[in-house]
Amino acid sequence: MTYFRSHILVCNDPVCTNKGSMEIMQALIDEISSKGLQDEVQVLDTPRIGNCENGPEILVYPEGLHYINLKKDQIPFLVEEQFLKGRPIPDFLAPPKKEQAQELGEPTAKEVRVVLRNCGKIDPQNIEEYIAEDGYQALAKVLSESTPDEVIDTVRRSGLRGRGGAGFPTGLKWSLTRDTVSNTKFLVCNADEGDPGAFMNRSVLEGDPHSVVEGMIIAAYAIGATQGYIYCRAEYPIAVRTLNIAIEQARAYGLLGEHIMGTDFSFDMEVRKGAGAFVCGEETALIKSIEGKRGEPRPRPPFPSVKGLFGKPTNINNVESYANVPQIILRGPEWFSSMGTEKSKGTKTFALAGDVNRTGLIEVPFGITLREIVFDVGGGIKNGHEFKAIQTGGPMGGCLPTADLDLEVDYEKLTQAGSIMGSGGMVVMDDETCMVDIARFFMDFIQDESCGKCVPCRVGTRRMLEILTRICNGEGRDGDIELLEELCVEIKQDSLCGLGQGAPNVIVSTLKNFRDEYEAHIYKKECPAKVCRALIQYEIQADKCVGCTACARNCPVDAISGEAKKPHSINPDTCIRCGICKNVCNYDAILVK
Amino acid sequence: MLNTITNTLQIDPTQNPELAAQIDAILEEHRNKPGCLMVVLNEVQTKVGFVSEQIQDYIAASLHVPVSKVHGVISFYSFFTTRPRGKHTIKFCLGTACYVGGSPQLIEKAKQLLGIELGDTTEDGNISITMEACRCVGACSQAPVVVVDDTIYGRVKPSKVTQLIRALEKEG
Ligand SMILES: Cc1cc2nc3c(=O)[nH]c(=O)nc-3n(C[C@H](O)[C@H](O)[C@H](O)COP(=O)(O)O)c2cc1C
Ligand code: SF4
Ligand code: SF4
Ligand code: SF4
Ligand code: FES
Ligand code: FES
Repeated sequence: MTYFRSHILVCNDPVCTNKGSMEIMQALIDEISSKGLQDEVQVLDTPRIGNCENGPEILVYPEGLHYINLKKDQIPFLVEEQFLKGRPIPDFLAPPKKEQAQELGEPTAKEVRVVLRNCGKIDPQNIEEYIAEDGYQALAKVLSESTPDEVIDTVRRSGLRGRGGAGFPTGLKWSLTRDTVSNTKFLVCNADEGDPGAFMNRSVLEGDPHSVVEGMIIAAYAIGATQGYIYCRAEYPIAVRTLNIAIEQARAYGLLGEHIMGTDFSFDMEVRKGAGAFVCGEETALIKSIEGKRGEPRPRPPFPSVKGLFGKPTNINNVESYANVPQIILRGPEWFSSMGTEKSKGTKTFALAGDVNRTGLIEVPFGITLREIVFDVGGGIKNGHEFKAIQTGGPMGGCLPTADLDLEVDYEKLTQAGSIMGSGGMVVMDDETCMVDIARFFMDFIQDESCGKCVPCRVGTRRMLEILTRICNGEGRDGDIELLEELCVEIKQDSLCGLGQGAPNVIVSTLKNFRDEYEAHIYKKECPAKVCRALIQYEIQADKCVGCTACARNCPVDAISGEAKKPHSINPDTCIRCGICKNVCNYDAILVK
Repeated sequence: MLNTITNTLQIDPTQNPELAAQIDAILEEHRNKPGCLMVVLNEVQTKVGFVSEQIQDYIAASLHVPVSKVHGVISFYSFFTTRPRGKHTIKFCLGTACYVGGSPQLIEKAKQLLGIELGDTTEDGNISITMEACRCVGACSQAPVVVVDDTIYGRVKPSKVTQLIRALEKEG
């Protein structure tokens, strides 16, 4: 590879691209060529550089300088100063990291990067850089040294389990598809990532697409597939583009297509886009969607390994499952299975969101406790608040309380505690969160996304939503909790797919861990966390209000009156209890009761 | 809603050769792929901006599939719209992180400013703004997130919503 003396990384995450980071990138490339520096300075794009408030953001290596808020007309000056004269421009630099970051101590001490090892480090659009990091060596090794059965055996011994949610052993899944006799077999990568609050797969697809492509080619060899599809959600245009580039390059290098690496093995793949239906993440629905049909799940068996895409045996795995494969082949199954717990091996990526200081993508070995994730990796709860619950696994997961913080994260333990691993969303909630409201929120999502094919899910989730809504509105009745419990049992038992079967989890877990909150809503008509609008009132404390008028100007319904510099007051009849005034008041004068 | 689109010229490929040509090109590129209907509809939605009933008829005829099948697919997936949206779209993320991060407040603010409900389009004269909710756009660490046309704004406060909407109104 050419040796570059400097590298510029330009942020290609949505916030920055929308502020024109790709134009900045082009301007940098143009300016660098016009100064004759194109063989010395390389410009790459990469996901998420900073805290996303000051895009377009770039990083300059080896110095590690972080420039923010760049404008196109500043680029010539920047290139001249930084790369010709070697002088950083203090005015453009990001301010030094705040104390918050220091309080984190060693932020990555508990993290282990396997799946994310290349993200942010290599140019995802350049196959050479992937190859320089041992890319496609696992494929070469497999094609030259191993039979398909040996590959499957290696994956089986590593203990890899599906990262899409259910945790089915990957080696076993491959052998089931391999053992089904058919001339045509398909391979599918599930990149639908529909869980709100989750973006792990997106980061891998955008940051290291070749690891997924390589993992898929190895899987195709193992099971005997000839054609592959990556089903990617429509909301991820950059991932789709990056994947297409990666596939194109792999083809050009003879890693896809006929006679891969000069062997008899042939395989190709293409990207298919979803169209905004959450249930299409379910494997049988996803298959129908690729076939160009409505994405309604169907009963299993037959499993896709026997009868899948276009009626043929099909192996379907999640993005992260495939991305682990090349490393398992290269470093050996023992290395992989040395990480994790007895039944869950390796690492898992999580999208940590909500009320923690450090939100974002993390990768940790199984067996880490929730407490370590929230407090060590995530840096604890924001703004000095208390931890209340952590919601794991997306809409079909549950909410775990403080008592579960020492739980070691693996598939079985999360399930036992009443939640699920899911694909890896983790939303941390502080003491200002109302758990009944959260249950209502998830039920709203599930009810909306239910495909309506089976009655328990379609009608049952609607009933549960109605009940939760009325509890939040202060109209809960005696017996509502019991009614919810009954519905939960029925829906779990009688639904066709995982969406309906998992729908009750959020209610069951909040009822188990936060039952007092339900009771307060129903019997005392109180919302302890002061969230549910029908049960709270906003009031201005005259002694604290300085009359700055900020609240009155921001109230969406003009419920606040008062003269400037005099205490204001809220008209409870017009107030819709949105809480905006409390947020904008800098004097802490507004009270919720 | 958008009663300004009374003339079907804009949305009927049999009356609008330009539109027909655009759709034909998409059909030709993808018609030989297995399961091509989804691919075609996705492309039409992205490039044309909507898949009107007339367009659905047109695609069904061209691919030799029943209209009901096309319609079934369109109605199943939320990404497809049968009507053109307003000139501008403002979307509020209601994914978990954004919901917990305060997007309901932002919606309240926008409803007041625009005088419409989620899913509706303003009608006053030359500027039309569609207000929608969306699920997670994958920028959760910057919750709450608002998407104006194609621009994503993170860590939005209610006052920022006012700014964003005023900017759209000014732009026209
Ligand atoms: C409603 C529903 C949504 C799902 N969404 C996803 C998803 O977004 N991504 C994913 O990989 N698996 C998802 N799954 C799980 C898939 O059905 C399937 O188990 C998985 O893709 C298998 O891959 P794995 O063995 O590598 O985990 C979902 C399942 C259900 C029931
Ligand atoms: S459980 Fe719900 S989402 Fe799944 S098939 Fe039945 S209705 Fe559809
Ligand atoms: S924002 Fe606070 S200080 Fe200002 S007028 Fe309102 S209540 Fe008073
Ligand atoms: S809670 Fe909302 S509606 Fe009520 S006074 Fe405050 S800003 Fe106005
Ligand atoms: S979007 Fe660029 S730093 Fe976050
Ligand atoms: S929840 Fe809003 S961007 Fe993910």
